[in-house]
Amino acid sequence: MTTPTAEAPTGPRHVTGEILTTKKVGAYQHLTLAVPDVAERARPGTFVALPAGEGRMGRRAFWIRGVRTVGGFGSAVEVVVDPTGPGSRWLAAQPAGTRLEVTGPLGRPFSLPRDPVSCVLVGEGYSAACLFPLASRLKERGCTVVILLAAADESRLLAALEARRTARSVTVVTGDGSVGRSGAGAPLADLVAAALPEVLQRAAADVVYAAAPAATLARVARAAEDVGAWSQTALEQPGPCLTGLCQGCAVPVVGEDRLVRMVRGCTEGPVLRGDRVRWDDLGGVPAPVDQGAL
Amino acid sequence: MGRHVATTTHPGPVLVAAGCGGTGRELASYGDLSALGGFVTRTITLRPRPGGPQPRVVESPSGLLHAVGLQNPGLDRFLATELPWLVRAGARVVVSIAGETVAEHAELARRVGQSPGVAALEVDLAEPDPTDWGLVETREPMASGLVATRIVATCRRELPRDVPVLAKVRLDPLRVLDQALGLAEAGADGLVVGHSLPALMPDGRHAGLSGPSLFAVARRCVAEVHAGLPTLPVIGCGGVATAEDARAMLAAGAVSVQVGSAMLTDPTTAHRISAELAADAAAAAESTGAGTRVGEALA
Ligand SMILES: Cc1cc2nc3c(=O)[nH]c(=O)nc-3n(C[C@H](O)[C@H](O)[C@H](O)COP(=O)(O)OP(=O)(O)OC[C@H]3O[C@@H](n4cnc5c(N)ncnc54)[C@H](O)[C@@H]3O)c2cc1C
Ligand SMILES: Cc1cc2nc3c(=O)[nH]c(=O)nc-3n(C[C@H](O)[C@H](O)[C@H](O)COP(=O)(O)O)c2cc1C
Ligand code: FES
Repeated sequence: MTTPTAEAPTGPRHVTGEILTTKKVGAYQHLTLAVPDVAERARPGTFVALPAGEGRMGRRAFWIRGVRTVGGFGSAVEVVVDPTGPGSRWLAAQPAGTRLEVTGPLGRPFSLPRDPVSCVLVGEGYSAACLFPLASRLKERGCTVVILLAAADESRLLAALEARRTARSVTVVTGDGSVGRSGAGAPLADLVAAALPEVLQRAAADVVYAAAPAATLARVARAAEDVGAWSQTALEQPGPCLTGLCQGCAVPVVGEDRLVRMVRGCTEGPVLRGDRVRWDDLGGVPAPVDQGAL
Repeated sequence: MGRHVATTTHPGPVLVAAGCGGTGRELASYGDLSALGGFVTRTITLRPRPGGPQPRVVESPSGLLHAVGLQNPGLDRFLATELPWLVRAGARVVVSIAGETVAEHAELARRVGQSPGVAALEVDLAEPDPTDWGLVETREPMASGLVATRIVATCRRELPRDVPVLAKVRLDPLRVLDQALGLAEAGADGLVVGHSLPALMPDGRHAGLSGPSLFAVARRCVAEVHAGLPTLPVIGCGGVATAEDARAMLAAGAVSVQVGSAMLTDPTTAHRISAELAADAAAAAESTGAGTRVGEALA
């Protein structure tokens, strides 16, 4: 991803894109999408909204894993699709050459530290996709980058090799023990929570960046707080529009004033401060709630 | 026709429906808000509301099921932040309101009417489940003198003459004309037909159904009102997703259309339809000089 300058364009576009390449890598399908005027605007932690197939009104979000220049097509974004449900399976099955309506980049990106601090990046499964562009940007800024990658098994472990190129150290945890530390069937959130304190300590972490299911993010946010580090969590709150129009993706967040506000996961998020999200109330409406942010 | 509905004139008959355009800022990334016939805000209540639990919006083969629960920042914050932004962006702002009592509607209408730049007030009389959210019960059979007409009469009284009151009503083809007669008599300057249909979420909670399956019903409602009350401006809302849908709604007698859930699939929908209708109008004006169907609808 390009380093933003004062003139770099920001904000989303809605364009017709095209699948340039689609390749199965382990359990996931890696797609490269030619998307005029979208790739240039991408920042680490932003995502694109893609269609979920004929007759589906809702759209599906995919992290921007990287940006590439493709001869003849200008720039393209890379996404990683985990074919779990009808929408993602449809997308994973589309051949190269398929044209898609693409909206992006969407959402608030990760905030980058001004100073060259020590950063720990925690990624689980496909969600780790958004950490690769982040790692490069942090490194450009002189930050120390340490990565903790977690996945159910090796086929869902995203590019550990690539992670090793940018990071000072990479710790790997798999649920079935196929690579790295073994979990003997424990939930991944528990395995990450068990491995994290030592990683944070060793790195003397100032900031923790995490992308994972909510259960893991909640544990990461707590672990960061325990060692006095800032945390930035990339939360996947599903919603139909992903563009901020419908308020379908509400997330309870505590403000400086201690009031809880319902913010839009797709617009005020997806990256939120870990110490601000009311993890135990996700999906509900905690009382008392104020509507300041919206 | 005596009254003039500001939002149905220049620059075109396409508005964004309540609750489907965010705060307006998000939409502005995809197109100039001043290029639309209007922007209807999500429904604003006197006090802030946090909305309901997840899942709030769920896909179904016939459209989107939703129970957002009227999440909104409340009137004070809306008037202080969102409304001025929309006005500065050049949007023709239609403020949607709903209240717990008739008196609350009066306060909402008065304060919205005192704010500069409001093109119209839209009174949401058609929430699928008003009592779930503590709103006035408006589901009784409509006739003049009942609560919906009192609300409209109250809002009309509280607003400056040049701010039209639009009444948003249910998609009930058999009763919509009776209701329209009562509301017009109470002072409604126009009718928005209609809202989402009462439905159930997969988990059994109350929800509204929006989207393609509403289109033919909404069009029927527009035709019923237009036939019985041809002078009352009617805005068609329900399942409009393409320029063809919009043309058909106008042909049934609507002066303009609102685009709701189609915005959630493609945030450029309203701008696209608007541009296509403008091209129709320009082409027709060129070939006949005037008197096109769209032109008549706007006159
Ligand atoms: C910010 C963000 C980034 C994401 N990045 C990626 C990514 O990089 N790679 C990837 O594979 N997936 C990603 N996802 C998840 C993805 O968008 C889809 O939610 C997922 O693919 C499931 O959709 P589906 O239609 O296949 O399955 P289903 O789960 O069957 O979806 C059907 C219904 O479930 C609802 N739904 C959608 N997503 C979820 C969800 N996550 N949890 C619960 N219900 C849901 C939808 O409203 C839909 O109506 C991301 C999600 C978000 C919010
Ligand atoms: C997510 C969502 C939120 C909505 N919120 C409101 C609202 O706050 N007030 C209102 O009057 N209508 C609301 N509506 C209804 C729409 O304005 C519209 O009347 C209805 O969806 C039918 O039009 P459509 O088929 O084009 O969506 C909402 C609809 C959706 C899908
Ligand atoms: S998904 Fe519609 S506002 Fe976030």
